[in-house]
Amino acid sequence: MQVHKYDVVIVGAGGAGMRAAIESGQRARTAVLTKLYPTRSHTGAAQGGMCAALANVEEDNWEWHTFDTVKGGDYLVDQDAAEVMAKEAIDAVLDLEHMGLPFNRTPEGKIDQRRFGGHTRDHGKSPVRRACYAADRTGHMILQTLYQTCIKHNVEFYNEFYVLDLIMVDTPEGRRPAGVVSYELATGELHVFQAKSVVFASGGAGKVFKTTSNAHTLTGDGMAIAFRNGLPLEDMEFVQFHPTGLAGLGILVSEAARGEGGILRNADGERFMERYAPTIKDLAPRDIVARSMANEVREGRGCGPNKDYVLLDLTHLEPAHIDAKLPDITEFARTYLGVEPYTEPVPVFPTAHYCMGGIPTDIKGEVFQDSETTVPGLYAAGEVACVSVHGSNRLGTNSLLDINVFGKRAGTFAAEYARDAEFLPVPDDATKRTEALLDNARSPHGNEKVAAIRKDLQDTMDLNMQVFRTAETIQKALDDIAALEERYASISIQDQGKRFNLDLLEAVELGFLLELAKVMSVAALHRDESRGGHFREDFPNRDDENFMVHSMVYEDPSSPTAGIRQETKPVIMTRYEPMERKY
Amino acid sequence: MSTAVTENQNKDAQQPAAEGEEAIPTYDIVLKVRRYNPEFDSEAHWDEWPLTMYGTDRVLDALHKVKWELDGSLSFRRSCAHGVCGSDAMRINGRNRLACKTLLKDLDLSKPITVEPIKGLPCEKDLIVDMEPFFQSYREIMPFLVNEDHTPTGERYQSQEDRARFDDTTKCILCAACTSSCPVFWTDGQYFGPAAIVNAHRFIFDSRDQAGDMRLEILNDKEGVWRCRTTFNCTEACPRGIQVTKAIAEVKKAVFASAL
Repeated sequence: MQVHKYDVVIVGAGGAGMRAAIESGQRARTAVLTKLYPTRSHTGAAQGGMCAALANVEEDNWEWHTFDTVKGGDYLVDQDAAEVMAKEAIDAVLDLEHMGLPFNRTPEGKIDQRRFGGHTRDHGKSPVRRACYAADRTGHMILQTLYQTCIKHNVEFYNEFYVLDLIMVDTPEGRRPAGVVSYELATGELHVFQAKSVVFASGGAGKVFKTTSNAHTLTGDGMAIAFRNGLPLEDMEFVQFHPTGLAGLGILVSEAARGEGGILRNADGERFMERYAPTIKDLAPRDIVARSMANEVREGRGCGPNKDYVLLDLTHLEPAHIDAKLPDITEFARTYLGVEPYTEPVPVFPTAHYCMGGIPTDIKGEVFQDSETTVPGLYAAGEVACVSVHGSNRLGTNSLLDINVFGKRAGTFAAEYARDAEFLPVPDDATKRTEALLDNARSPHGNEKVAAIRKDLQDTMDLNMQVFRTAETIQKALDDIAALEERYASISIQDQGKRFNLDLLEAVELGFLLELAKVMSVAALHRDESRGGHFREDFPNRDDENFMVHSMVYEDPSSPTAGIRQETKPVIMTRYEPMERKY
Repeated sequence: MSTAVTENQNKDAQQPAAEGEEAIPTYDIVLKVRRYNPEFDSEAHWDEWPLTMYGTDRVLDALHKVKWELDGSLSFRRSCAHGVCGSDAMRINGRNRLACKTLLKDLDLSKPITVEPIKGLPCEKDLIVDMEPFFQSYREIMPFLVNEDHTPTGERYQSQEDRARFDDTTKCILCAACTSSCPVFWTDGQYFGPAAIVNAHRFIFDSRDQAGDMRLEILNDKEGVWRCRTTFNCTEACPRGIQVTKAIAEVKKAVFASAL
């Protein structure tokens, strides 16, 4: 076992991790540990844009952006955090431009901006052009630009180092991070990274579902590691289903397609969003559009042989306009569905896209250990975290913004904390739990295959925990997960080697997925209301009296609900009183 | 649609197939993969699996089917599974491609589909190669914006024409399909290779950048642009459709012009 020592260790090298590293690396000795090569991270799959009230093409201001974010999140957003994000958005975009990001430009040479779902002028009056973009590969350009800037600043990466545990130690002031345990994929060796500050930036958990826009590698590792270390997870019942996944595949088709004029139609050719969101129609927030689409299908107005999708119509747009603004996504339609978007509408259906919940943090990115106190030295940013700027439904483009604003903050504060902190001693048995985890996955217990269990998990989550939920379906998911956990105890993997043992890796990832599926389901079962991405058919209305609170779940074997205890945390409100959410 | 297919596959046999005209074609294929694990093998060998695959399946789906159902030790990198992360470049029927972007129906299924690791980089295990030499070349061409002027309060302005000048080369996902398809790179691993030159191009032709001359000097090296023999393998291999050979030619021209 090798031991390394850094002031700051960042776990994950997507947008949030690398944005944190750029700040931290200039202030403190920093290492970035990542299970993938940095440029493979899923930030690169984001397409449409990053919102900031630059007002380059029409009147706009950060207060309108704050309001849209709060309303878009169905008022479960912490308003102080939303305000920070909308204000700092402007510098976040300018930082990226200064680093070299090739934004699309206006005729005068300024950063161009376009419309996106839920972003409006003057508190909902009409759509506003707020999203800064680079064709339909904005995430790709952000990931590349951040990686390039990391190279410029000589950031130290440990590529294909999979972090499997957080080392927490008791001090007179409480529990504090002392480092992380990491598994080197190339050699199968364990490494301990001792650190004064640890930043989690390891992304989401979309692979809990079958139909998802997420990469195979998005298995919620960071969230599960925090949870297993006794830390809470916040608002995990809120998963965003992106309206336009390629039907049957889940591959993302950006909301920019609708921002540029695309229209959703049902089997009758009707522009059905006019019925659900009369003012902003196809550019309503994602939860509303996804639910409307699912409802069209449910009521028999779906398209195709199985009537199980709707159509995204771009055929009225000029091919030259499509090529200039939406080249990648139209190519996805051609490659994967054999559909020519110039002349044919594209089959689409909602796809699991984003976890609004995650490791709870304050606006510095510091992680909460309960509803009141944070753990100095421990940070989280990006999809793994819950600040909460997205509340119960994230607006499009706000994730690319989130990773830049809160990645920067987490990196800065982690480095500042490390400057005055001491290294904490790493206990002798720091790797014990990880060794046990790996040994367990490697030992032959039975004939259960990881892939089969994962498939069954994803099937039950798609069936029972998707756009529409009831207490009954959620309970069914929980029962299924319990049975799958039993099967998981009898897995055996085939690869017995040390080098690049991805068979072993998938077994570990499945353990994380099972845990998070359970967490999401328990949180969903407790929330007897409908809000944002969480829609309970048995409780179809928002219930501010009882549920205007964040959910906080903890591992607790004594709890009768799947060994998970549920508490709450107040929502921070500053300017905006909850109103009915209409578009 | 693949969901429909998966369902049919799992339903009881007495269930009728989906309405005849919409029935999804299935493919019987043979997948032939070059295997090598230095931990256990003294040399590489080929493994073959007959598989039944469906509708919109890609080579990556076939690899997953083997890994998930038949041989868990088969190792390959992949992540996004739709051609944007660049993890799964491999040699498929002798051509460099992304496994997640190569539809089975587009291949000749009458013969085994051969899958090998990309060439010119050391094989670590099965389809996994050591990417470090590739990224080393990338880092050497200074792949970041250099601008020593005072940072403006707002954005740096750039005309739409200036922005369009380097648009094509910003699409690179660093998958190494181009570099590892280049015969010069196969015989001389010191050659920067197409991907590094593409990324140099992205900055050399960015009107905001000031280090173009330094990059041109780096690429004027004996392992630089002049080693390119214009075989167009790289352009053909690029899964992002970048005109790689054209970009290299533009860099050559710029080196020549700056030397005058």
